[in-house]
Amino acid sequence: MTDRASPAGPPRFERPSLGAFAAYLAIALFFVYSLHGTGVSLGDFFGGFPQMGRLIGEMLPPSTARLDAVGRALLETFQMAFVGTVVGVLISVPVAVLATRHLTPHPALYHAARALIAFFRTVPDLVWALLFVVSVGLGPFAGTLALVVDKIGFCGRFFAEAMEEADRGPQEALSAIGASKLSLVVCAVIPAALPSFVNTALFSLEKATRSSVILGLVGAGGIGIELKVAMDLFNYDEAATIILAIFALVVAVERASDVLRRRIL
Amino acid sequence: MALQAAAPPAAPRAVAPGRAPRTAPLAAADAPDLVVRGLRKSFEPGVPVLDGVDFSVSRGQAVALIGANGAGKSTLLRCCLRLIEPDAGDVRLLGRDMAGLDARSLRRLRGEIGFVFQKHNLVPRLSALTNVLHGALPRSRLARPWFQSCAPRALREEALACLDRVGLVDAAARRADKLSGGQSQRVAIARALMQRPRLIVADEPVASLDPSSGEEVMRLFAGLIRREGLTMIFTSHDLSHAIAYADRVIALRRGVIVLDRAAADLDVATLRALYD
Repeated sequence: MTDRASPAGPPRFERPSLGAFAAYLAIALFFVYSLHGTGVSLGDFFGGFPQMGRLIGEMLPPSTARLDAVGRALLETFQMAFVGTVVGVLISVPVAVLATRHLTPHPALYHAARALIAFFRTVPDLVWALLFVVSVGLGPFAGTLALVVDKIGFCGRFFAEAMEEADRGPQEALSAIGASKLSLVVCAVIPAALPSFVNTALFSLEKATRSSVILGLVGAGGIGIELKVAMDLFNYDEAATIILAIFALVVAVERASDVLRRRIL
Repeated sequence: MALQAAAPPAAPRAVAPGRAPRTAPLAAADAPDLVVRGLRKSFEPGVPVLDGVDFSVSRGQAVALIGANGAGKSTLLRCCLRLIEPDAGDVRLLGRDMAGLDARSLRRLRGEIGFVFQKHNLVPRLSALTNVLHGALPRSRLARPWFQSCAPRALREEALACLDRVGLVDAAARRADKLSGGQSQRVAIARALMQRPRLIVADEPVASLDPSSGEEVMRLFAGLIRREGLTMIFTSHDLSHAIAYADRVIALRRGVIVLDRAAADLDVATLRALYD
């Protein structure tokens, strides 16, 4: 054994610089200001419990009076999600190729594709739904178009990232033997990025299913409008049926996509 | 120190250890398949990777490029095919001036040159057969052999024949990422054969293989090249391979050719001295 004192080692915490300290303080102050700005109140929160209890009481038991209408609306919701995702994914692939730095035919196309994807992604799907309701009218077509645009923004970004990260070895090999850029994308890039594509597409379907419920609130089809009407007319038992139906649909889609993911990947 | 200044290309020896004499005559040796003149390339200013490289390779010759890591071997091969653009110098490949080729002509020319990489660079999720079919991409305009399921019958049969030539026809349906390192490299060679190449360029084709697989791949190369009468340039750190499977050895050091001699006149000790 030795009597040597163990070295002190580095300090457990580094003292922040004055700038970093000021930034932390500013963030903390803004959080407090935001609590005030959003009217957060523990009193109101706990005071709302009896009201929530009454609401739940009126929801039970869920009504089965309009099950057929709810079923049709649920099917329409899933159809919107499915068509919106499939079409959105199909359009996303070429857009993502243009948005992939080493695959794009021209830098200007790269920047244009990136800008388009960023624009589609940053504008919420509810806003797209409002715009399409104005342009194509009320109904599921407007909601489907909103989902297509949202999927292009979502999948376009992730597909492009997957293609940029794909192993360059096979791509270099095909370039070296004289393959065209289109062949290189089809034969080397897409197969390498396929697991990521499948994952993103299935996640998109799950996301689209949840979104398509909300789109109905602005008249863009789906079960959302049924929920809004039931709540507006104080038919809480019918609203409970709709909420349970939405829950069942979302869980079913998530389970199905899990199974598909395991089978394909 | 250079053992010998770059010498004129040597005639191939009659019999190299480990290989039979080449049956393809060098009658066309007056028309070199590759001529490199004054090739220069730097990735950083003032640090040349290739510093005025001159050599030529006659039709039917097998040439080994050797040199320590960073000597410029891989860069030289890539510059020859314009996978990397050289800073200066001329490359004539199969009689064509590489610098003057537009993108389409370049792709067409590359289609005549089988390139085999150290890590085979197969597409992992695709079958061995589909990977071999990719060798026909440059010469297939309408029916693109992207996948074996949609390839024309004639191409499919040709690809199977190429796999047969490397002894892997039974593995045609297996995914490339399920093959061993040696099998993968043999599929990469089959892909190169599918190109119907006039020249094969191999960048350390056995570096990632165990010794026995490496020997097997080199024997396969030697046999194919002998039978087909192809020209071949390969890089290797295995000096015994350079002597056994090449007609001629070119050594690079810091981007300059420091040795260019017939393999028959060399031994491993002589080549090893170049690495000191």
